[in-house]
Amino acid sequence: MANDVGDRDAPGPMYQLRLYVAGQTAKSLAARANLLKLCEQYLNGRHKIEVIDLLEQPGLARDDQILAIPTLVRCQPEPVKKIIGDLSDTQRVLAGLNIVVR
Amino acid sequence: MASIESRAGEAGTGEARTAARGNGSPAVGGSGIRKVRSGIDGLDAIAHGGLPAGRTTLLAGGAGCGKTLFALTYLIEGALRFDEPGVFVTFEEGADELVQNIASLGYDLRRLRDSGKVAVEHIQFEPRELAEAGEYDLEGLFIRIGHAIDGVKAKRVVLDTIEVLLGGLTNTALVRSELQRLFRWLKKKGVTAMITAERGQGALTRSGLEEYVSDCVILLDQRVEQEIATRRLRVVKYRGSAHGTNEYPFIIDEEGISVFPVTTLQLNQPASGERMPTGIAHLDTMLGGHGFFRGSSVLISGTSGAGKSTFCAAIAEAACKRGECAVYITFEESPDQMIRNMRSVGIDLARCQAENRVRFHAARPTLQGLDTHLAVIEREISRSSPALVVIDPITALLNIGTEIQVHAMLLRTVDLLKSRGITAMFTSLDRPGGRSNRIDGLVSSLIDTWIALSDSIEGGESNRTLFIRKSRGMAHSNQIREFLMTKDGIHLREPYLGPRGALMGSARLAQEAKDAAAALARQQEIEKRRRELERKRTELEHQVAALQRQFRADEEALETMIREDQARARQVETDRDRMGTSRRSDTPSSGNGKPLHG
Repeated sequence: MANDVGDRDAPGPMYQLRLYVAGQTAKSLAARANLLKLCEQYLNGRHKIEVIDLLEQPGLARDDQILAIPTLVRCQPEPVKKIIGDLSDTQRVLAGLNIVVR
Repeated sequence: MASIESRAGEAGTGEARTAARGNGSPAVGGSGIRKVRSGIDGLDAIAHGGLPAGRTTLLAGGAGCGKTLFALTYLIEGALRFDEPGVFVTFEEGADELVQNIASLGYDLRRLRDSGKVAVEHIQFEPRELAEAGEYDLEGLFIRIGHAIDGVKAKRVVLDTIEVLLGGLTNTALVRSELQRLFRWLKKKGVTAMITAERGQGALTRSGLEEYVSDCVILLDQRVEQEIATRRLRVVKYRGSAHGTNEYPFIIDEEGISVFPVTTLQLNQPASGERMPTGIAHLDTMLGGHGFFRGSSVLISGTSGAGKSTFCAAIAEAACKRGECAVYITFEESPDQMIRNMRSVGIDLARCQAENRVRFHAARPTLQGLDTHLAVIEREISRSSPALVVIDPITALLNIGTEIQVHAMLLRTVDLLKSRGITAMFTSLDRPGGRSNRIDGLVSSLIDTWIALSDSIEGGESNRTLFIRKSRGMAHSNQIREFLMTKDGIHLREPYLGPRGALMGSARLAQEAKDAAAALARQQEIEKRRRELERKRTELEHQVAALQRQFRADEEALETMIREDQARARQVETDRDRMGTSRRSDTPSSGNGKPLHG
């Protein structure tokens, strides 16, 4: 399920992100698309995205204490941050991920 | 209507255990909905069989009233007794905390988790760590609960306390609709769910969950009256089923949770004609010859030290010796102290206890409220089906309630015991000077047999006495009887009835000594007269003998004289004949002995 996107040689912290979805729902698909777009735009390749479909691996929901779907977890850099929703509100996502827009 | 039977009935052992504990109420209501036994003693009786199967029950209550323990007990009992695995979804305490907390109620949650009977799903919800960016739903929650349910094949689910979600997420409308969806989903899954919720002001729950969960609503409550907290439970609502509507006390202790379906009984208890011997010689005789009626209520009143507890212990021991069971509820002495003290008067309660015939329940009255005490009594009798329940003393209950409240509690106790044919024995402490407590007057109407013990002080000593103040339905003695407490038990003495009434103690001994002396004196007088008579008889006999001797002497003398006279007469005749012969007399004497001379 891991998607490697980006350029590891770029400067700044490496973002390790995990997106929890449940099947191919509209919200899940939107979240995935929004996340990819946002990373391309603001992280310049300094990111690693892992998408977990809880319908396929329900046992994984416990590890990151997932309730809402979709949930984006910023595993790195610490501290761990969680953003719920389809990530359509870019400003909130950026704020949530502590990504400073230059 | 074939589905009326509760599902619990299918589990053999659970059924037997429940039946043994017995609540006296029908297990199944008259409604058509299927029910599952909660496994919490008493609740199923109040809910007429149990909780609605496959539906959701709301458990509401204030902080600290036992919601979590209650819900956890429901889950664990399901796994233990009814072979219904369960999932405990906790939003607050972690699994380890739950294991620790429920251990104090005697449950080993860790073992149940290890054996796959119960799963704990700890949902840590930290709203501060969450940012919301766009649309979402709570599918993750569904997935987690569903995964846990599938993991243990759960039939029961508890959500404790799901309303925290409402406080943490900004999109409350979404959360509400998701919760509604969750409850529908649980129903579809066929699990019997229980959700806990915080009590709200002016509403059942703070978050209004009762709008979504309306099949069955149970309210827990803990109120403090006179510094004593009493837990109570009420079934607020039960769709499609009749249920008890009162507030019922419940307790949480090391034996788990016990709810007490204290019922208001009518005066229609069966009256047994069977007697229950007291085991105290002569007391049975005083009670119409055979002792108390079974299932009657007995009051033993007396001042401090009059022997109330000893009587109760003796009667309890007698019951045990007949193979019956007794429950002894003591508010003033510990069981050990009772056993020791009773041993000194030859009553072996230790053996009764070892044989499981006597169950002690010792508690300071102020430990619990009156309702809870009644609840404990009910639990004790459910467990051992005794023939006799002793409450010693009822006057101690006045510390925690007014006379009216104590009276009401005793009324329910008597009703409860009578309905099960159990003989109730209360003691009541008279105030010094033998004045009875006001409670005696109040409970008098509840009492079938009243034995009044007292100390009779006279002549510088105190003597124990008893009399039967009343005994309904039997001819009973009206005598005041003295009794002794010896190392062989209680002995009623034969009444000593003197001209001035019954005597006891030293007075009795003195009178008895006097009587003995008088009897001796009378005996001696008889002996004396008898000797006198003997003497007179001897004297008379002596006189008679002397007279006879005199007579014989006289007789002999006279006969001698007679013989001499006769001899002389014969001599005279002989001489005459001889002279006649010599003179040739022609008239010869014939010699016919006739003296011719004189």
